[in-house]
Amino acid sequence: MDFAINYVLIPLIKIALILAILPLLVAALTLAERKVIAFMQVRLGPMRVGPWGLLQPIADPIKLLLKEDIIPERADRWIFTLAPVICLIPAFIVLAVIPIGRTISVFGKPVTMYVTDLNIGVLYVLSISSVGVLGIILGGWASNSKYPLLGALRSAAQMVSYEVALGFSIIGVLMLAGSLSLVSIVESQKNEGIWYVFFQPLGFILFFICGVAETNRAPFDLPEAESELVAGFHTEYSGFRFSLFFLAEYANMITVSAMAVTLFWGGWLRPFPNVSALAFLDLIPPVLWFAAKVVVFLYFYLWFRASWPRYRYDQLMKVGWQILLPLALANVIVTAILVVLLRK
Amino acid sequence: MSTKDETLFDASEVTVSMGPQHPSTHGVLQVKLRLDGERVIDAECIIGYLHRGVEKLGEAQTYGQFVPTLDRMDYIAAVSNCLGFCEAIEKLLGITAPPRAQYIRVIMTELNRISSHLLWLGTHALDIGAMTVFLYAFREREEILKIFENYCGARLTTHMFRIGGTQYEIYDGFQNQVRAFLKDFPRHVDEYETLLTENRIWIGRTRGVGVLSAKDAIDLGVTGPALRGSGVDWDLRKAKPYAAYSEFEFDIPTGEPGDTYDRYMVRIQEMRQAARIVAQAIEKIPDGPLMAKMSKIIKPPIGDIYHSIEAPKGELGYYIVSDGSTQAYRARVRPPSFVNLQALKKMVKGHMVADVVAIIGTLDIVLGEIDR
Repeated sequence: MDFAINYVLIPLIKIALILAILPLLVAALTLAERKVIAFMQVRLGPMRVGPWGLLQPIADPIKLLLKEDIIPERADRWIFTLAPVICLIPAFIVLAVIPIGRTISVFGKPVTMYVTDLNIGVLYVLSISSVGVLGIILGGWASNSKYPLLGALRSAAQMVSYEVALGFSIIGVLMLAGSLSLVSIVESQKNEGIWYVFFQPLGFILFFICGVAETNRAPFDLPEAESELVAGFHTEYSGFRFSLFFLAEYANMITVSAMAVTLFWGGWLRPFPNVSALAFLDLIPPVLWFAAKVVVFLYFYLWFRASWPRYRYDQLMKVGWQILLPLALANVIVTAILVVLLRK
Repeated sequence: MSTKDETLFDASEVTVSMGPQHPSTHGVLQVKLRLDGERVIDAECIIGYLHRGVEKLGEAQTYGQFVPTLDRMDYIAAVSNCLGFCEAIEKLLGITAPPRAQYIRVIMTELNRISSHLLWLGTHALDIGAMTVFLYAFREREEILKIFENYCGARLTTHMFRIGGTQYEIYDGFQNQVRAFLKDFPRHVDEYETLLTENRIWIGRTRGVGVLSAKDAIDLGVTGPALRGSGVDWDLRKAKPYAAYSEFEFDIPTGEPGDTYDRYMVRIQEMRQAARIVAQAIEKIPDGPLMAKMSKIIKPPIGDIYHSIEAPKGELGYYIVSDGSTQAYRARVRPPSFVNLQALKKMVKGHMVADVVAIIGTLDIVLGEIDR
């Protein structure tokens, strides 16, 4: 009985919660994006649907779901149908290993705030999230059209090159924590008494830049640069299938923000977790600390989009390979030396 | 669309048709691109989707009737179209508009230049991905359009002037409204510049992109900010002053070596200079009549005339042949966009797809004027 509850029932409930809450978060994020950018651009954003446009994120999916689902005649039907799903699934399942709070007890039972704690958590996140690019390539290819193909090729090149720098930017944290498990990374930040961003400022900046590039957001939104490639890889997609790509993109934004918080900003920890003078901050539940930090990074995403022009394809590659990657490698080496010298 | 490349993957070259329904070809321009990967090998502009036979209409309408039709050419800068034609006919008739009308014309035309450049700035920045500038630019453009609306009732196709002067007296509070606009405007231009001028990405996207040497620009007949961006100091307002331009102080900004960034800087400076002209003109509008003494029916003597003005996009010329009747025998327009667009092919060769968009933007074309 205990086994059934611990290993079947509770994980299932958690999975159901993630599957249910994430689309809602994405919906809220789309509204937040439109509102935040609108205010930055001296306009109001959506105001018609519901009070202050609050029902807009509900109206949008309804519209998308009711639209005609068009598959181009010369498209590869199977792959065309499969591609959005391939894109979406990784975006959801990476969240399984990200801890959003301290273990709590429900009815006397300890319940962890993550689905599972893999001892190779970071590796899992990296590998699963890189599957998502496959969906984009397949989608662009299966459309059998030129603009989507160009968009798909761009995003493939972009994601592959930024994934390298992204991987290296994390290594510093891994050396400090001595673990690949996301839960123990947060816990070791608690033991150190300081968030890792203070040890790894460069690592964090590199991670976030690469994260923005990984999610194809401005100023790295080349794969779907509407002024150049119409809509990039999803030009031929409409209705529900388009909404799956859309959902995946926003879910990925949340994932990258959550990863940045977990690795560099102490996850669910309050600021200065070991300073007892600030103990009153513990009144705010850890989950809220986590959520607040994630929201800050999501805000950065929107801020970037409102502020910056778009990189050109070759410039993007140059930034990735010639600037970010060497910096990430230097960061790894310097951290390694310091860890060895100071830990003695 | 595709010719030899059935599967896309056997082909080393891909032919892509950009437009006429592409989001950033500014209207209904179609550009056929031959691409090697992302690099442009060749480009061909296909125009004519917006042809309405404006020049032919000029032969069927009386001179007075033809003026509002001209507003539909470069609908972004309708006031300039109107001014050029009115002045051409006035020259043909041998009359000049009274000073008060001249001043109102200068104020309106320069405000229109600002609004045209604002629209260019917004769309150009949007094409390169900076969406916020677009909305900021439209905020200021709105103020100018409000002034136009108060003056003549229309915002876009204004039909602002008449042959021989202006029809409407300036409205009460006109000066104050313009002054209020001018007071805030330089600060707003600073705002756009904060977002773009020293932005690394913006510089990366525009420096060295679409370089047009001074010689090429002159050979191709390019005029306006595109020519001045290549370092040629040529502005009809100074070179062949018309209206009341000789009475104002202003500078002609130029740039070197003639890339997209230079043209951007030239237009930004031009907006500041235009504001300077308006500020001078608004303070000393002379009193007097609005219309020159002339007959109600416009019947120019037999002959022909070429008159050109500095429209926001370049030299806008009118060649009118009169057979002595109330209608033109031939009304030919030299639209700046049409001539400037010729440079596109030269400018895009060897660049990436993303640059094509930037280069189309930097030429500041309006298809209504190209196709006429």
